Amino acid sequence: MEFKSRDFSQAARVLKIRKLKVGLAGRPHAAPVLDGIDLDIRAGETHCLVGESGSGKSVTSLAVMGLLPKDALEVQGGLIALEGVEITAASASQMRALRARKIAMIFQEPMTALNPVLRVGEQIEEVLNMHTDLSQAEAKKRTLDMMDQVHLPDVERIYKAFPHQLSGGQRQRIMIAMALILDPDLLIADEPTTALDVTTQLQILKLIAEMQERQGTAVLFITHDMGVVAEIADTVSVMQQGRIVERAPIRDLLTDPKEDYTKKLLRAVPNLAPRVARAAATKRDVIAVQGLDMTYGGSGFFRKSEGVKAARDVNFTIKPGRTLGIVGESGSGKSTVARCIMRLIDPTAGKVTVAGTEIAQMARRQLQPHRKHFQIVFQDPYRSLNPRWTVARSLCEGPINFGTPRDEAMATAAELMELVDLPRDALDRYPHQFSGGQRQRIAIARAVAMKPDLLVADEAVSALDVSVQAQVLDLLDDIQDRFGVAMLFITHDLRVAAQICDEVLVMQKGLVVEHGPAAEVLSHPRHDYTRNLIEAAPGRHWDFANFRALDTAHPRQGATA
Amino acid sequence: MFVYILKRIVATIPVMVIVAVFVFLLLRLTPGDPAAILAGDSASPDQLERIRDRLGLNDPLIVQFMRWMGQLMRGDLGTSLISNTSVSGMLIDRLGPTINIALMTIVISVALAVPMGVIAAWRHRTWVDFLVMSFSVLGFSVPVFVIGYILIQIFAIELRWVPVQGYRAPSDGIGPFFSRAILPSLTLATIYIALIARMTRASMLEVLGEDYIRTARAKGVRENVVLFRHALRNAAVPILTIIGTGFALLISGVVVTESVFNIPGIGRLTVDAILARDYPVIQAMILLTAGIYVFVNLLVDVSYSFFDPRIRY
Repeated sequence: MEFKSRDFSQAARVLKIRKLKVGLAGRPHAAPVLDGIDLDIRAGETHCLVGESGSGKSVTSLAVMGLLPKDALEVQGGLIALEGVEITAASASQMRALRARKIAMIFQEPMTALNPVLRVGEQIEEVLNMHTDLSQAEAKKRTLDMMDQVHLPDVERIYKAFPHQLSGGQRQRIMIAMALILDPDLLIADEPTTALDVTTQLQILKLIAEMQERQGTAVLFITHDMGVVAEIADTVSVMQQGRIVERAPIRDLLTDPKEDYTKKLLRAVPNLAPRVARAAATKRDVIAVQGLDMTYGGSGFFRKSEGVKAARDVNFTIKPGRTLGIVGESGSGKSTVARCIMRLIDPTAGKVTVAGTEIAQMARRQLQPHRKHFQIVFQDPYRSLNPRWTVARSLCEGPINFGTPRDEAMATAAELMELVDLPRDALDRYPHQFSGGQRQRIAIARAVAMKPDLLVADEAVSALDVSVQAQVLDLLDDIQDRFGVAMLFITHDLRVAAQICDEVLVMQKGLVVEHGPAAEVLSHPRHDYTRNLIEAAPGRHWDFANFRALDTAHPRQGATA
Repeated sequence: MFVYILKRIVATIPVMVIVAVFVFLLLRLTPGDPAAILAGDSASPDQLERIRDRLGLNDPLIVQFMRWMGQLMRGDLGTSLISNTSVSGMLIDRLGPTINIALMTIVISVALAVPMGVIAAWRHRTWVDFLVMSFSVLGFSVPVFVIGYILIQIFAIELRWVPVQGYRAPSDGIGPFFSRAILPSLTLATIYIALIARMTRASMLEVLGEDYIRTARAKGVRENVVLFRHALRNAAVPILTIIGTGFALLISGVVVTESVFNIPGIGRLTVDAILARDYPVIQAMILLTAGIYVFVNLLVDVSYSFFDPRIRY
């Protein structure tokens, strides 16, 4: 794999951070959030800041922007110099003048980062109105020109659009146009592609690189995704608990990491080499889906509308102890399928047979006793557990509903805590007292408490850090071995699918475009869409866990990946 | 949009019919005989019977109801049992002062409360915020008539800036109208300022934590622009809701204020009608209040889409 290997020692230094210390506001003696950060970024360089959630990546970027939340965090020491201007000493109005002109930022979630009630064109133009004396007409012309430069189509129309009328990729292009319109010296990009599909991610990364080249901007790129790092970084700083533990040019870091923490981070990155499918049991199918259709909307009261065909003619079966992955981009219909199977929504047509019972068309009341056979784990463990219930209550509710005596349910809950590797006293605590990974373990324990035949995991590891993700994937594997449960695994992440799935089903716009053993689909994709997905996966040629190119590790992969 | 408004207007018809039925029954089923009140204490049963007959109070309920609905359709709200004049005429005479005071109240409330709420949210947990919140608690808890008398004491009696009581229509000159309407409006406004300021603050606090506010600051946008252009419009929907509900409630709130300031509005009319069991007037009042409520709600719902482009009908 090609890495960037440019030399920046001669380039002008744009950002210089020395011994930066950020702590809780008003509490100088509490443990600092950032402790002695040193960082240099030179013109044209892309400096990646990587680390797990809570490591202080975003706090670093907000400190540079002077946007630390006022009543929570404050700079307690050190200096941040932008082109020689000391930011930590700048007044509010000096800081405002620097923003957008010298330093700009793009954020993770372009939907929430754009103001929903203002037209996107106006939002870009506002930067010009704030910082320049351009006339209304000139400002608009320059805005349209900038929108053109970030390759937005039909700029006159998009200028007048509101954020919710644009796609995720278009929104992020708007953000980039807004950030770069005054040609700043430093661009801070905080997880700018994390919320986007892989193919869109690739386009946005290309766009940032293109704009950077054109304007000679220095880029501070914050990400948790090692694949993205491998694609774009010149230099990498690894952060852990508010400190930079290792800094190196990209090739050095990936081939020869010095610190244990860096090695641990890299080892946790799943690679795209698919697992070998486990032996198919000869037993009957746990779930059989036939001709599943789901159309949203459809019949209007005043006029008939077509509706949105979110899933069309989906067919698959899963045997006990096996995992089927559904992969696809947002809007492909993968979550719709999961919800139809869980009967959280009612499919418009087709059959879903779980543990021998047809449930797709069954009345909700009759369905109730069958629900214990299929359980789901959702993406966001912060929202899927009731914050006012103890873990024990969440775990026991289902079994008690189905007639298990309370004592027995409690005993099972305690065993489950051990199974998911949490202390027994965790039962009496509340969800907010756990980390994201721990919460997802609780969510899994809750699902397993029902002793289901089928476990549906809807993006169950997508919100987790890679190292935590690896642990949760291991846990799911372990549970499957132990209980022989069949699993339907919904994910947008091909690496995750490669790690855990025996079979993969690829969906695009509601249609199944490819279905087969994971090794087959991911190594020899037949459909263009699958191929695009695989090719868009950043850093796909690199085997992060073994610090070497993937081609040498898995020669079979070389031809396709 | 036009179709939506039309649909909403059509949808108000069943609401108003239900209100009409309810209003009609409620009054007929409460004890107290209007004929007896009209005739006075010394009337003989014969006289009472004649009066009942003349007023149609002896007919079966359903006949009385149909007759009443028929009149309503023609815009005839009936004749007052007491003064023997047309109810619609009475309403029109009395509506002017009430509407003027109500509008002035709303303008004062919004003009003061929204900036107060915005600044309280911006300076969250500082003395400014504390001051606004304290005022808010005070505004909720002090009864309307107490505020009215305090304002009269200070501005009319001590300072002699304005007359103590009374009302002049704006057509008689804006100065006299304003000097007499300002105290009642301020009195009424207290509770709405408290309510709207609180809602604005809460709504703004939520919005100020949003990502796009951080984006605006990252663009180097000035704080006043951040607050009023970026945040307030996003915070508008709950604020509008509370203003709309407030306006409708205001109509009932004027009763006390009109008594304190001796204003000939519909609040006083209602009190008099209830004490005299003047059925046609009471019915007309309830219908009017319900009508205003429905209309203001419609207005609020439609105005949402003006502030938030994601709301489309």
